[in-house]
Amino acid sequence: MTGARVTGAGGNGPLLKVENLRIALQGDGVTFNAVENVSFEIGRGEAFGLVGESGCGKSITALSVMGLLRRPLSLGGGRIVLDGEEIQDASAAEMRRLRGKRVAMIFQEPMTALNPLSPVGRQIAEMFVLHQGASWREAMDRAEEALRQVRVPSPERRIRDYPHQLSGGMRQRVMIAIALACGPDLLIADEPTTALDVTVQAEIIDLMAELCAAKGTAILMISHDLGLVANMCNRVAVMYAGRIIESQVADAIFATPSHPYTRGLIDSLPRLGERARRGRQRLTEISGVVPSIQAYPAGCRFNPRCPAVTDICRTTVPEATSLPADGIVRCHHHG
Amino acid sequence: MRLGANTWIGGGLFAVALAVAVTAPWIALTDPVMDANLLNAELPPSMEFPFGTDAQGRDIYSRVVYGAQISLTVGVVSQIANSIIGVTLGLTAGYWGGWWDDFVNGLTNVMLAIPSLIFALAIMAILGPGLVSLLIALGLTNWSYSCRIARAQALSLKSQGYVQAARILGYGPFRIMFTQLLPNMLGPIIVIATLGMGGTILAEAALSFLGLGIRPPFPSWGSMLSDARETIAIAPWVSIFPGLAIFLTVLGLNLLGDGLRDIFDPQATTRRA
Repeated sequence: MTGARVTGAGGNGPLLKVENLRIALQGDGVTFNAVENVSFEIGRGEAFGLVGESGCGKSITALSVMGLLRRPLSLGGGRIVLDGEEIQDASAAEMRRLRGKRVAMIFQEPMTALNPLSPVGRQIAEMFVLHQGASWREAMDRAEEALRQVRVPSPERRIRDYPHQLSGGMRQRVMIAIALACGPDLLIADEPTTALDVTVQAEIIDLMAELCAAKGTAILMISHDLGLVANMCNRVAVMYAGRIIESQVADAIFATPSHPYTRGLIDSLPRLGERARRGRQRLTEISGVVPSIQAYPAGCRFNPRCPAVTDICRTTVPEATSLPADGIVRCHHHG
Repeated sequence: MRLGANTWIGGGLFAVALAVAVTAPWIALTDPVMDANLLNAELPPSMEFPFGTDAQGRDIYSRVVYGAQISLTVGVVSQIANSIIGVTLGLTAGYWGGWWDDFVNGLTNVMLAIPSLIFALAIMAILGPGLVSLLIALGLTNWSYSCRIARAQALSLKSQGYVQAARILGYGPFRIMFTQLLPNMLGPIIVIATLGMGGTILAEAALSFLGLGIRPPFPSWGSMLSDARETIAIAPWVSIFPGLAIFLTVLGLNLLGDGLRDIFDPQATTRRA
């Protein structure tokens, strides 16, 4: 590994530190920056939310942490430090040892994320065999226990079920069991509830939060649902067109959103009781669409859609301005 | 799951051929090699010789029964070799991609461009006739179809969520290939192997017919046909029965392959409900 190990497990530094991350997208003879200048830190056991519209770069940011960027995407620059170790240049074999064991991930689609030909118990047990050298017999016992932890009813029978015999919610529970099997330090949840029914969503989120809190696992939650993220996470970063435009403590981002985009997002959420208070009103929208990567505007990338746009926004990229409690905002006219 | 008629008929024919090969020493009436008796030469089918006798007076029924051992051994063993070679190359090529994929693709194209029987013939010419050379010659020359299928399957399965998930959970490439990809592509591989087995049995018959396979006096269906070709006009039974054996076995394998395809890939067929 390139970087020296500064702090061991349970050390004081942040668990994950991403600095000036740049992700390059190789086009036909041109290179675009799909993500640039993205920095954030996740503390031990902290839940951190990354929010943004489709295509803003939040999922590939997560993939870069796993070391799983694939052509045409590649790491263009920046540092990724996990528990004091720089992992941006780690070899494939080194990354493989981290994945599943120290950093795990769950996905949007529980329907396809499980091997259809393998009983779910076996798929959980494989993690113990793979990462902890357990025997299959022992691993199967622990898999049953893991299923019990994610509150799958009668785990002793479900353990032999194939994925098609389980509902979407049950499969996502199994995915959580697999992801948390080896007690990772960080769980990346990439829109974990998008494919689920609303009622099941809340259960899954609660379950995830509870299990991670119990095991001291930090969460990097990726979502386009600001409400969901603000509920679950300690801190939230909002991404727009490949940049983090605002980052604040979760409660503060609702109370005092600083970037016009964040404000737009919050205003476009329907709120319970709003109609009774203020009468029937149209929900606010953010006009326009996210620019495509070939046509990112100069200056602040939100400027074509911004209600507060001025000339400087069209020419100069706004620097990060500090907000209270370690928050930052990138806007010429914040506040 | 309902099995189609072709699965039953094909499976039945193949099962009979297998049973005959296994029980040959008990169901044969005479020794296929030693019991030559020129006094009985070229007798038509009768109670004593159910399929008649050949030019050396040997019982054709017993020779066909023993011939099943050779034909099926060659068919099964060399097709297994083909499948292992083809799947290993195709799976790794599809999963890894890059220069290895280009290399395997090129090799497959070369193999497909060379008539496999001629290639096998060349190998046999170097190794000399015999069972082992037959197995080598046929086991190295017919893997291209398995390879193509395995590669295509690996390419499409690679983007499946659970394969991506396995990578993210820290599975190594071999674990992914053998626990995630291989089980999910077994269906089409088995179909191709079954159909290929018919092909290898035909190729064995052809090589033996050309005198490069099993050496006389040991019976193989191909070499029996070769012996019979001079007497086809006056003693047709000498060629009919080994020909029939080849025909039924290969027909059985082809029907079985089709039937298995219906089972493993229900969408691709127009099966009547």
